[in-house]
Amino acid sequence: MFLSRTFTRGCLMLAALVLSLTLASPRQAAAKPFIILQSSTSTVNSGLYNFLLPRFTSKTGIEVRVVSAGTGQAINNAKNGDGDVLLVHARSAEEKFVAQGYGVKRFDVMYNDFIIVGPADDPAEISGLEDASAAFKIIAAAKAPFASRGDISGTHKKEMKLWKASQVDPVTASGTWYRETGSGMGATLNVAVGLRAYTLTDRGTWISFKNRGDFKIHVQGGTALLNQYGIILVNPEKHPNVKAREGQAFIDWILSAQGQAAIAAYKLGGQQLFFPNAGTLSSLPLTGRD
Amino acid sequence: MPDGSRRPEPDLLEVRGVTFKAGGRMLVDHIDLALRPGIVTVILGPNGAGKSLLLRLMHGLLTPASGEILMPGAGATARTRRGQAMVFQAPVLLRRSAKANIAYALKLRGVSRAERNARAITALEQAGLAHLADSPARRLSGGEQQRLALARALALEPKILFLDEPTASLDPASARAIEGVIGDTHARGVKVVLVTHDVGQAKRLAGEVVFLNRGKVTEISPAKSFFKRPESVPARQFLAGEIVE
Amino acid sequence: MSDFSSALSKALYLLISGDAALMEIIALSLQVSLSAIALATLIGLPLGSVLAVARFPGRGGVITLVNALMGLPPVVVGLIVYMLLSNAGPFGVLNLLYTPTAMLIAQTILVTPIIAALARQACEDLLEEYDEQLRSLGAGTGQIIATLLWDGRTRLLTAILAGFGRAIAEVGAVMIVGGNINHVTRTMTTAIALETSKGNLALALALGVILLALAFAVNAAVMGLSGTAERAAHA
Repeated sequence: MFLSRTFTRGCLMLAALVLSLTLASPRQAAAKPFIILQSSTSTVNSGLYNFLLPRFTSKTGIEVRVVSAGTGQAINNAKNGDGDVLLVHARSAEEKFVAQGYGVKRFDVMYNDFIIVGPADDPAEISGLEDASAAFKIIAAAKAPFASRGDISGTHKKEMKLWKASQVDPVTASGTWYRETGSGMGATLNVAVGLRAYTLTDRGTWISFKNRGDFKIHVQGGTALLNQYGIILVNPEKHPNVKAREGQAFIDWILSAQGQAAIAAYKLGGQQLFFPNAGTLSSLPLTGRD
Repeated sequence: MPDGSRRPEPDLLEVRGVTFKAGGRMLVDHIDLALRPGIVTVILGPNGAGKSLLLRLMHGLLTPASGEILMPGAGATARTRRGQAMVFQAPVLLRRSAKANIAYALKLRGVSRAERNARAITALEQAGLAHLADSPARRLSGGEQQRLALARALALEPKILFLDEPTASLDPASARAIEGVIGDTHARGVKVVLVTHDVGQAKRLAGEVVFLNRGKVTEISPAKSFFKRPESVPARQFLAGEIVE
Repeated sequence: MSDFSSALSKALYLLISGDAALMEIIALSLQVSLSAIALATLIGLPLGSVLAVARFPGRGGVITLVNALMGLPPVVVGLIVYMLLSNAGPFGVLNLLYTPTAMLIAQTILVTPIIAALARQACEDLLEEYDEQLRSLGAGTGQIIATLLWDGRTRLLTAILAGFGRAIAEVGAVMIVGGNINHVTRTMTTAIALETSKGNLALALALGVILLALAFAVNAAVMGLSGTAERAAHA
């Protein structure tokens, strides 16, 4: 094969560059024990992990790598064994995940609540209501724009439950006043602000969300709006690659007094975003209704 | 390099019953031709006669539909290009310096690196292009580019040099320079085969004329008799400036 | 409009202050995309030039396929690579999912058809001009390919830069196979997506401005280097 010298040299330099760059990464990855946490976007977007994880890592030396996806995608990733711990907020899906043998055991970690936000002028006049289903019924009757996640995330599942209780099937109106974004919470909030549409969001994402425009909270406080987060170790019997020891260490820590206190201590703009409730399931009448 | 002696020598290349077709049309029609050493062969004829095709067939750039092209010491079709070089109507120069263009051709022929350089410089000097050795080849003028293409062909020290209308797109001064190099090349004993439709150029350079019309050779004559008394009707019409039937 | 001006000043501030998190993200983006480009070049240039020169049955189909693959949506590439590298997939044992290497693989797959298709076109255009002359000089197929690659270097460089633009700007593939993990697989584009989803539009836009500046710097550096090399080649 005939090759000009410069050409050969160029190829060799490229090859050397590739090798040096690609070899650099696994070495760096192997330096420290780590686990992969499959998490719902709401917790990631809230900034909670930036506050929580360094505390855990400095105590145990275990790094936590958070993959943020909608609850649906996160559960699916975990089912494939692509993660060690799952932290999401869709109780029935979580219990199914454990029942099918993908997870070891589910624990309550914390809760916050969902709220309905919308433009300040409140075209459907739902402001001040506590009953989310009643508010949904009014929105549907007024055909006021509503932005839905539409991505079978925890928030979307909650929304569908509320619609069911309101005896309205919004999906028949999909594309008219009912808009399914198929995206994460933040992206859906951006769409809602753009379309001046109501939407259901978790409070944590809302508090940390910056692009609010004139949007306000119109509905909050109803018992149906509680949002429970659960944590599950991915079953090492199903996927032997799961780092059960490190994963369990993270779960133990987040459920411990220290972890729970850290969750309670995380504040944004003076507001507490998440309320720890590990091991207090029975004492909280409002949880477990998801 | 042949010493140019006058003794009868074997033919350098022989074309036997060669045809070439494209799109169902016979473009080169059963041509027989022998290239003798020591004489400039001019292939003359109107546009579309098949002159360039014949040159490409002899050079091995095209494969005949039937017939064969023989070089002594080589198989019927294998590597007929060895010992040959060709210059095209529009010079095709690589995107490198003038010197590198020549060195490139020598490299393809397996000449060692050190020798390539020396031979490239000699070839440039002979073409009067030594001062442009390091200029990008494609920034030279049209005439300089064709001289470089010629110098590159000659650096290969071919036994046969094929030239396809080498001055057709050049100004008179450049054309004269090229014709000068062609004359010198012939004088050094290289067999020159020139395709042209320029009667004046044919008169100036030809030792013998092969007249081609519609893919057929209508006559092969020594230059003197051809221009005095062409034997075939198409050649007479062509020389008289008439439309050739 | 205030978003734009505050984005610009934010971008400038982040750059000048040498924000550590930003530098880390820039370094990772460059590392992944440049490696992907290098790999895609090593595969795409030979592939494209062979397609330009070789004649074989089904060549037209292969060329159409490579051209069509230029339009591969990053998300689809991400999904395919995810399924391959997932612990439930055939290459799960390699433990590459959610690493920079996974992003490198995805971007290489994304970019190789672009480089191969553009290289094929560049080489074929050049071949039309060179073919007879090179064969007249006695060049074989391998020598013709090498000559086309060298003489077509300017257009091939543009093809490589087009590939780089695609790699550094895509978010769909790296998001899925990298997971946007802070300090591990967060790149410029996934950071922009994250900040957008947090409603931090000014910061997201600032990162976008920096990404654009980065792409500009890489292009300028490559064009500058190739200009110097060109002058040196003719010296």
